[in-house]
Amino acid sequence: MAEPAAVQASTNGGSPPVLEVRGLSKQFPIGGFFGRKQLHALEDAWFSLHRGAITALVGESGSGKSTAARLVARLLPPTSGEILYAGIDVLQSESRQASRTYRSKVQMVFQDPFGSLNPVHTVGYHLERPLRIHDKAGRGDEVRERIDELLQTVGLTPPRDFREKYPHELSGGQRQRVSFARALAVEPAILLADEPISMLDVSIRMGILNLMARLKDERGIAMLYITHDIASARYVSDETIVMYAGRMVEGGRTDAVIQGAAHPYTQLLLSAVPNPKAGPSTYAGGRSGLPSLIDPPDRCPFAARCPRVMEICERQMPERSQVTPDHWVRCHLNTTANGPAASVSSERR
Amino acid sequence: MLAPASAVSSARATGPPLLEVRDLQVDYLSPRGPVRAVDGISFSIQPGEVFGLAGESGSGKSTVAHALIRILPPPAVISGGEVLVRGRSVFALSDAELERFRWREVAMVFQSAMNALNPVMTISDQIEDTILAHEPVSKRMARERAAALLETVGINSARLDAYPHQLSGGMRQRAVIAIALALQPALIVMDEPTTALDVVVQQEILHQIEALRRELGFSILFITHDLSLLVERADRIAIMYAGQIVELAPSRDLLDDPLHPYTQGLMSSFPSLTGERQHLTGIPGSPPHMLHPPSGCRFHPRCARVQPSHRRIVPRLREAKPGHFVACHLYAAEPSGREAVRTGGRHG
Repeated sequence: MAEPAAVQASTNGGSPPVLEVRGLSKQFPIGGFFGRKQLHALEDAWFSLHRGAITALVGESGSGKSTAARLVARLLPPTSGEILYAGIDVLQSESRQASRTYRSKVQMVFQDPFGSLNPVHTVGYHLERPLRIHDKAGRGDEVRERIDELLQTVGLTPPRDFREKYPHELSGGQRQRVSFARALAVEPAILLADEPISMLDVSIRMGILNLMARLKDERGIAMLYITHDIASARYVSDETIVMYAGRMVEGGRTDAVIQGAAHPYTQLLLSAVPNPKAGPSTYAGGRSGLPSLIDPPDRCPFAARCPRVMEICERQMPERSQVTPDHWVRCHLNTTANGPAASVSSERR
Repeated sequence: MLAPASAVSSARATGPPLLEVRDLQVDYLSPRGPVRAVDGISFSIQPGEVFGLAGESGSGKSTVAHALIRILPPPAVISGGEVLVRGRSVFALSDAELERFRWREVAMVFQSAMNALNPVMTISDQIEDTILAHEPVSKRMARERAAALLETVGINSARLDAYPHQLSGGMRQRAVIAIALALQPALIVMDEPTTALDVVVQQEILHQIEALRRELGFSILFITHDLSLLVERADRIAIMYAGQIVELAPSRDLLDDPLHPYTQGLMSSFPSLTGERQHLTGIPGSPPHMLHPPSGCRFHPRCARVQPSHRRIVPRLREAKPGHFVACHLYAAEPSGREAVRTGGRHG
């Protein structure tokens, strides 16, 4: 597939991306030792992360959003595609596994703050380890100073109250803040946050989202925010990409995507979000059914549920086309309604 | 005005309530002493009403659900209060009566449908079991009713002989709802019925529940951490914090004019999809640990409007406006509550 222009057309007014993902795919073999079937968890993903910007990947379970984060973190090897950090394809230059350098640039925060910290170690220990492994602090006092600084950054103040605590002595929100502090210890350029608030109590979720916004503003960190909650994506992200059945189906500047959703799936997702302030739910109902990720045919994965399905949707996956300069969609409706001129898939930089 | 238990009922209540919870108190016995998970809560539900109970983890909302159908596992014990269904005390029922009471009077739908179904029994067997255990009908009749129930909740009856693992999460949750409906109970207790599901599936199921309720007329006690789900669907909502009800009001009223600082904080914890992007703060701090709940008003460590006396005196739930109850000193002429009552007793 030709390089979609929207990958380049960022929200950041042309600053080169910190990280660029091109045509990234991941398939898992299923059906036992002799099985030849493949589960297509992620298909042909293109996106980029920019300094001081948050990109949200929004989708339901099984949409491939976490797989995308794990591939970028290099916790999983991709089946195909490129991951460019500072212009270099890290899959080529470090083909076996992520180097310490890469890990010091790309850090991840996981969903479950109860499972991602070691119960037998103190908060201080969790922060000291990355500092030492990555040589981010000298010895003794300097380490201690850095730990206090990290705790302060994530809002665990005063630091002396938290340094010697064990994970079980902290609330879910505090634990998640420790996870962020640990990720920040190596001074990463990129933070991958996989559903960082979904397991937290409602009243403390905004605190974590505000922390993310602050880190992006104050430290210029590029962030990938994985979520199933499109309202939280709107709150915190500059760019939003909607995923469905392993495919990125719509994306662009967050306001453009949410105010002018062009993909019928995005529209369905938006209508399903309870929004008490907007009065009774606008949810129109839709045909349910889960898309199959196992050897999917070449067609739009949403075709079976789409209220506006056309004949072409059943036999061809649509290419990316622009809705506006900062908003793209992979839907045949966009190209048939506006004519083929709207398609930019052949336009290369 | 102070609110006695019986007053905390629907403003438009005419007949007797279907369910009445009076001063319910539940303790978990721990090696470090009893932990009061539910601390004297009262509410009632009218026939056909949807009553929402919202709270965060540890607020005691699920414990309430378990207590009122008497399925609390040890070390939890009901240490006080009463639960009445159609005027009959649930706590006084014998084992045999209790068996009849569950499913027939009050049915339940719990959070993880994945675990609620028996993995080695077909869906039809599980629905039939429920029917056969309670009604003297033939196996064939039960199967026919199972098929009809599945259709009612939106599952093709061709899936009757499917095993749970062959169904999606959404379908399993629908099957659980079908079982709950099997004996046409007057009240269905739903504890986070859609939390594990994707938003679109969640909406589908909630719409279906609402349609069924209108058709069959049962009441719902809907328990969730997600206040935004309740505002659209419940007639009235009670907000729980640290084992107590802090506010109880018709849902529209609660949305338009939340009184308790905790409720106000919850309301500003949901980013909106429309309008200007606003900065939201949520609520500072964390929910308290119930082994050592804060003194006085339990919300005081997180409250922006706390006064010294609020740290000592437990506020009572009182009616601030017709039908709108709040347990907050800000709405009382002067702080009064449990400590004040005790002091008064000494002098009087």
